[in-house]
Amino acid sequence: MKSRIRKIVTFLEETLSEQGQPVDPPARRAAAVAVIENPYAGVYQQDLSILVDIGEELGQLLAERAVAALGIAGQQVESYGKAAAVGEAGELEHAAAILHPKLGTPFRKVLGKGAALIPSSKKRGGLGVVLDIPLGHKDAAYVRSHFDGMEVRINDAPRAKEIMVALAVTSCGRPLPRVGGLTKDQIQGLDGLR
Amino acid sequence: MVELRVRKYQTSVEEIWHEGGPTGERPLRRACALAVITNPFAGSYHADLLPFMEVLKPLGLDLARRLIAALGGDAKVVEGYGKGAIVGEAGEIEHGALWHAPGGYGMRELLGGAKAIVPSTKKLGGPGTRLDVPLTHINASYVRSHFDSMEVGIADAPRSSELLLALVMSTGPRIHARVGGLRADEIKGEDGLR
Repeated sequence: MKSRIRKIVTFLEETLSEQGQPVDPPARRAAAVAVIENPYAGVYQQDLSILVDIGEELGQLLAERAVAALGIAGQQVESYGKAAAVGEAGELEHAAAILHPKLGTPFRKVLGKGAALIPSSKKRGGLGVVLDIPLGHKDAAYVRSHFDGMEVRINDAPRAKEIMVALAVTSCGRPLPRVGGLTKDQIQGLDGLR
Repeated sequence: MVELRVRKYQTSVEEIWHEGGPTGERPLRRACALAVITNPFAGSYHADLLPFMEVLKPLGLDLARRLIAALGGDAKVVEGYGKGAIVGEAGEIEHGALWHAPGGYGMRELLGGAKAIVPSTKKLGGPGTRLDVPLTHINASYVRSHFDSMEVGIADAPRSSELLLALVMSTGPRIHARVGGLRADEIKGEDGLR
């Protein structure tokens, strides 16, 4: 493995009711988060290719963990997102190197498909920093019912020389969507947008 | 009889490979299962709380089952446990105390003969409140390598009239345990302490 992993944390949320209304089937979201060593902590590094490769490796590993936590087949996943938090001795570009160049391909492979852009967020922070992972439909970014987010937090990460990398997947959109827009049964699935 | 109303569940698993020392062959895993339920006593003083303890018993079993499933399905891997509660602001700490018996019962049922007292903690708090749930060895409270804790919490819970109930399990000692004291292989297993 290229990544030196200190820990992996998975989260599964299952919402059964909202404002007293039943959510049936329950809305389920899962995230898998890895805490890894930042090989470039404290130094300026022009070539970030090691982090790009780490992104590829984690794209598969974390996607498999998150889908397993959700307990459904990868193909049944409806929305996805990714995020990273860089410890204080790193820079935001380190998160970008992990998230953007190569992470998406293995992530999509685990899901079978994924025409839409994977929504993402990144930040720098200390121990216990909160990451809000944006979520969007995996085949059509404009599906309004699936615009969502999932908060993850690990109390003892990231240390100064670490990076937290998070992927999230869901079995559905928001619990009781009712603000219109494109619905999932209207997806054409050609351009990743509609 | 007041009914049990679950708004949401959250399960999370931490898999810890190292803490700055050597990476072991097997990680330590800590898992929590959380349920957010309606607090039937929120907003007013009720002298008799005991009937609700019976109502909570199936939830104790439910969360213990979720925990063991999250740890791979075999109860034999569980070496440490703990429990906790966060009471929303319209409740009182005594409502959280209702979790003591059903939470412990649920875990003991599935672990088969765990002898040690289940360590616990509770507090009043708003959405996103974090709780450090203590963990100790399931058969002997004094096993020093297994004194641990897991931070739990949910971004949108507990609301004012809710209770957040937590069960926690671990699969072994702290990852680099080395401060002496009673070891797991020295347990006599008679009194739940040593």
